[in-house]
This record gives sequence, C-alpha cells and structure tokens, in this order.
Amino acid sequence: MNIQNYMVLEIPSKSQNEAFARVVVAAFASQLDPTIEEIADIKTSVSEAVTNAIIHGYENSDGIVYIKCSMGEDDIQIEVTDEGKGIEDIEQARQPLYTSKPELERSGMGFTVMETFMDEVEVYSTKGKGTTVVMRKRFTSLKNNKG
Amino acid sequence: MDISSRISGNTLICYIRGELDHHTANEIREYIDYNLENNPVKNLIIDMSELSFMDSSGIGVLIGRYKKVTALGGKTAVVNENKQISKVLEVSGIYDIIFSFPSIQQALNEL
Ligand SMILES: Nc1ncnc2c1ncn2[C@@H]1O[C@H](COP(=O)(O)OP(=O)(O)OP(=O)(O)O)[C@@H](O)[C@H]1O
Ligand SMILES: [Mg+2]
Repeated sequence: MNIQNYMVLEIPSKSQNEAFARVVVAAFASQLDPTIEEIADIKTSVSEAVTNAIIHGYENSDGIVYIKCSMGEDDIQIEVTDEGKGIEDIEQARQPLYTSKPELERSGMGFTVMETFMDEVEVYSTKGKGTTVVMRKRFTSLKNNKG
Repeated sequence: MDISSRISGNTLICYIRGELDHHTANEIREYIDYNLENNPVKNLIIDMSELSFMDSSGIGVLIGRYKKVTALGGKTAVVNENKQISKVLEVSGIYDIIFSFPSIQQALNEL
C-alpha cells in the first residue's frame, strides 16, 4: 500500500463509542469515493472489531481502543487494537458461530461478518496482552470511474 | 434508538428506529421480551423500515427472540430491512429460520 493519508483514533471502551468509531472511519474512507455498499461494509466491520475489543478484550471494564486507518490510492487498511485479555486460540475464535460469551446472546458471527465484508482480515493476539485486527479493502468504484 | 410496538391479533409488531448494535441491544431485548411476556401474543414481527444499521449484536438479539417465540409456538419475521442489514442477516444464515417480508400486511397474512 502506497500510503496517501492516515488517521488515528483513541477511545475509551464505552459502548456509546461504537457508533462514533464506525462513523469516523466511514467518513475517512469516503475520501476514496466508495460506493454506498462499500461504506456500509466498512462501517459494519469496524463495528464488529470495536465491539469485540470492548466486550471480549476488556470484558466491559475500562480500557482504550486504538483505531488506525491508512489509505492508499484505492484501498484502505483499518487496525483495531485493544490491550485486553487476548485470544488463546485464534483459529477457533474465527470459526463461524464460535463465541465464548453465549450467555450474553453473542452469536459468534463477528469475525465471519468482517471476513465477508472486507477483502482481508488478519488477527494478532497475545494472551494477557491484547489483540489487533487488521482489515483491508480495495474500492472498485475508482477504477470503474477512470474506466 | 427508539422502539415502540402494537398488537394485531396474536402478533406483536415492534418498530425499531435508529441503530441496533451492542450499545442499544439490551434495551431492545428487554423491551421485546417484556411485551412478549405481558401480552396474549405468540408471533413477532420486527419492522426495520427505519432501522439504519445493524451488526452481529442484532443477530444475537434476533436469535434470542426467535427462541422465545418458538417456545410460544409462534413465528418470527422481519419487515423491510435495508441492504446493509440484509447482508448481515444473509451471512449469518438467519433467513433459514426468520421470515422476511416487504410489508407488515404481508407478514401478518403469511404468519
Ligand atoms: N478483541 C478480542 N479480545 C479477546 N477475545 C476476542 C476478541 N475478539 C474476539 N474474541 C474472541 O473471539 C470470539 C469470536 O468473536 P466473534 O466476533 O466472531 O463472535 P462474538 O463476538 O462472540 O459474537 P458476535 O460478534 O456474533 O456478537 C469471541 O467470542 C471471543 O472469544
Ligand atoms: Mg463479535
């Protein structure tokens, strides 16, 4: 990625910040003139990653969620990091329907949503240290316009 | 987020406006459960005409309500969800268990 622009956002792990985070990232991404569907995909994926940091990373206790976005010519990379409990088995966590919190009515579909809506999703985690989710998406609208 | 409801026959119709995420899920869950438990209803229709956003928190809410309604011997339907929401519902496989209709009238006719 040939980085053209970037932004960082730091928010306390409060659920009312979930909407704020996804709207900020969507506004940043809109510089690349994505389609309405592409913007909705970004919003949904950011919502999943930030919500996971708050519910699973910090287990609803106080912490900071870091969001870093970098923009290339026609693509975006979004990193969502928490310094929470970490994931022991990343492969298991990414399985559709796997949730460690069924009692909270979680469905275990967050990672599957991110993987479906973004082009690439990478998960880095250390138990007791925290988790970073890196998501990338290339926007098709620009290429089409240049035709 | 704002939620209201009305009853038609043995069906509870809920209108959710705004966004359904982790932050708003609890209030929606409690509102629907209270109304399912305190009215002589068995079916549930959720009108999503004015729901602008939903993530996997909404899947959890829907599956949880589906289980309650099924225990009452009823059916669950969503109405008029937007493209972003239908994509989330599609990925989660929820359309296998929850019906989707373009209007409340059609949902009432079919349930
Ligand atoms: N940031 C995180 N820190 C620690 N554990 C995490 C984190 N993100 C995800 N996990 C683990 O991965 C599991 C799967 O996450 P996923 O988002 O797919 O499902 P969920 O959050 O449990 O349910 P849903 O997203 O459908 O509400 C979680 O249940 C949790 O155990
Ligand atoms: Mg999740």
